[in-house]
Amino acid sequence: MVGIVSWGAYIPVYRLSQKKIAGVWGSQEANGEKAVANFDEDSVTMAVEAVLDCTRGIDRSCIDGLFLATTSAPYLEKAASALVVTATDMSRQSRTADFSSSPRAGTNAVLSAVDAVRGGSAHHILVVASDCRLGAAGGAMEQLLGNGAAALLIGDEGVIASIEGSYSASEEVFDIWRSDSDRFVHMAEPRFATAHYLSTMQATISRLMTNHTVKMQDFSKVIFNAPDPRTHTQLARALGLELKTQVQAPLFNTIGDIGAASTLLMLVAALEEAKPGERILVANYGSGCDILILQVTNAITKLSPRRGVKGHLSIRRDLPSYEKALVFQNMIQTERERRPTPEAPSPILLLRERQAVIALYGSRCRECRTVQYPPARVCVSCRAKDKMEGYRFSDKIATVFTFTKDYISLTPDPPTLEVVIDFQGGGRMVCALTDCDEGEIKIGMPVEMTFRKLYESKGITNYFWKARPIRR
Amino acid sequence: MESIKDRVAIVGMGCTQFGGLRDKSHEDLIVEAAYEALEDAGIDPEDIQMAWVGTVMSGEMGLSLSRPLKLNYIPVTRVENLCITGSEALRAASYAVAAGVCDIALALGFEKMRDRNIRGPEEVVVTPMAVKEYMLPPGNFSLIANRYFHHYGLGYEEGKRMLAKIAVKNHHNGNMAPKAEFHREVTIEEVVNAPIIAFPLGVYDACTSADGAAAAIVTRADMARDFRQDPIYIKSLTMCAGPREGRIRTDYDYLHFEETVQAAKRAYREVGITDPLKEISIAEVHDCFTITEAVTYEDLGWCPKGKAKEYIDAGVFNLDGELPVNTDGGLKCFGHPLGATGLRMMYELYKQFQGKAGPRQVKNLDLGMAHNLGGGPGTAVVSICIVGNEESPKMY
Repeated sequence: MVGIVSWGAYIPVYRLSQKKIAGVWGSQEANGEKAVANFDEDSVTMAVEAVLDCTRGIDRSCIDGLFLATTSAPYLEKAASALVVTATDMSRQSRTADFSSSPRAGTNAVLSAVDAVRGGSAHHILVVASDCRLGAAGGAMEQLLGNGAAALLIGDEGVIASIEGSYSASEEVFDIWRSDSDRFVHMAEPRFATAHYLSTMQATISRLMTNHTVKMQDFSKVIFNAPDPRTHTQLARALGLELKTQVQAPLFNTIGDIGAASTLLMLVAALEEAKPGERILVANYGSGCDILILQVTNAITKLSPRRGVKGHLSIRRDLPSYEKALVFQNMIQTERERRPTPEAPSPILLLRERQAVIALYGSRCRECRTVQYPPARVCVSCRAKDKMEGYRFSDKIATVFTFTKDYISLTPDPPTLEVVIDFQGGGRMVCALTDCDEGEIKIGMPVEMTFRKLYESKGITNYFWKARPIRR
Repeated sequence: MESIKDRVAIVGMGCTQFGGLRDKSHEDLIVEAAYEALEDAGIDPEDIQMAWVGTVMSGEMGLSLSRPLKLNYIPVTRVENLCITGSEALRAASYAVAAGVCDIALALGFEKMRDRNIRGPEEVVVTPMAVKEYMLPPGNFSLIANRYFHHYGLGYEEGKRMLAKIAVKNHHNGNMAPKAEFHREVTIEEVVNAPIIAFPLGVYDACTSADGAAAAIVTRADMARDFRQDPIYIKSLTMCAGPREGRIRTDYDYLHFEETVQAAKRAYREVGITDPLKEISIAEVHDCFTITEAVTYEDLGWCPKGKAKEYIDAGVFNLDGELPVNTDGGLKCFGHPLGATGLRMMYELYKQFQGKAGPRQVKNLDLGMAHNLGGGPGTAVVSICIVGNEESPKMY
């Protein structure tokens, strides 16, 4: 049996109310809020979070590959999947691929992973979808698009939802697009885009029904993405679905449309509630359509708790203003502090120190068991030379020993919060504290590590780990 | 191993005006400090046998000194040790004289901080790896302030007022030092209510990045009185480099600078000091931030741990107190040209011992001490120099 073995999710902590967006532009107000990535987040950092959530209690070194789906990879050339593999400390002897260019990339990656496992070339492939798409200020896309990530571990053991069937179709259509010189996603004339979406989805879903001789009533949940909330409801009606019970709630009012991750995140949300024996239909639109039939197994009851969608939705902070969201998304030029531009990190050093910097490995002395970060040749406690073994800090929790709120350093979001943290199990680090309001910071506060962007210089993004408050 | 005690003397010193010297070049600062020192010692540039120049960011090689002074093919080396660079130039020159490889050496420190068109101080690297995570000094030193307040149960207001008294004292003293950048008394309220730069430190808790230069002519102790009747003698000149343990080890308390404690222990042993508060008559300490000065009182053994506030409240370190500290206004009023500060501290001690400190003159001086610190909490370099105007009777 091949299918989903585990799931995880990530939603940025900051939410922007639709009221605030409408208030600025005088546009028609949408309901709810959307998730906005912090200034130090991007599709890679969110993917890392979702992978870590998905692999709680799972040995990541046993995973044979990682497929990353995103339309907003930080680099057009340079594999984001390889960065996620390193940051999450997966084996580098693994298959990696970046799926992109359409919201359908998420299910493209799932189907490829399923085929790889079915074909016997892998036992476990981690699929992670993550997106940080931007809509231009004042437009409909700005209201619609949010940020988030979802991860699914595909495998042939301990399957919690098996893939029973699938169907794919492609279509050449200009309904949603972004060229390599555009920052913002464009949408065609809405009535055209909507009509094309509805006809494509209906046609492919009915084709699958015929092929697999199933009926809509056979599914306890039907999951599908859509260009907007109204069209989502329209398709549900057209398919004859029970709106309240059978249709998985879309993300528009809570997170926003998160592109390649939308449908997979809805699937994670559905799996959080799913019971053994239930069937789920997943339809993912984007330059065509992928459809999957899932069957939930008894193993779902045994999966240990994840933060998932439910957990992340409850961890939230209001963005105080619309302008703050513009700053976080680098959509507004702000007056820079008169400080020197940070030096771009050397690619040679970044490669040599990838284990320490990207995977956050320090060292542990085999003589006296002292752990320290960064890794060292000589032990800070017993001074033994070359008795070190690798020690991973990224998954250790810590407490704040002391802190500062720096109002003059170069940051898009002053003040910069810096903390000295002491790890459970030993070791101390001085690092930045993120996703934290300046009033919250205090000595003794529990924190966990999160992979973030430090700064960008000369086109090289400097990723590193920061601390963040543990929120439950 | 022999101590440096009473083997080396300072017979001439120079110091420029400190501050934002926009109309002065590197050359101007070096020439002014060096020629003041030469004239003070009554010697010519040709008399200098070896020289050391300290600068962190304003020059490279010994040529940064030999070029402006047109030194005549003598050994000149540039030294760098962050904020204690000036002290390190003095240490190199003094050790060379003590070693007997030269009789007259010049130590000069300078820095042009304000030419760089940036606001605020230099970044310090928190993570010394490919990923350079930067932190500014106010943030770095406020890590101690926040922990100190927390550990000793000082409320924000209480802690701020303790620190403010240090700023008020140093501004009071600096107001009487013509070469300082700032000549203005401040009140506790002004200091407490000034804009915060790195919580809880405000603008008046920090020194500025200034331009400036200072120089010393060092010679053998037994030759000193050939130059002048009032030289000062080096009783101890030591430094200490921490292995960065505090940044790594959880047993560092962020309440003190271990490097200061270790350097002081060594210096006191060399001089034979057992009760530093009583035996030292005047001191310059590294007040890059008010919190640094506060914990330094404790680290140098002038008051028990956690008791700085009581001693500050009692005025122990005021100009008329038991041990006047930063009688020229310190870094707080002079600003901090990284390469020059250590020598500027010595300049004040030198002038005080010669009775030339004007309205801020301290009387009955026996031993003077300069404490110079670079780096930050958990990872620092510290220089300590103890001087006196009497050659020890056992020397000849």
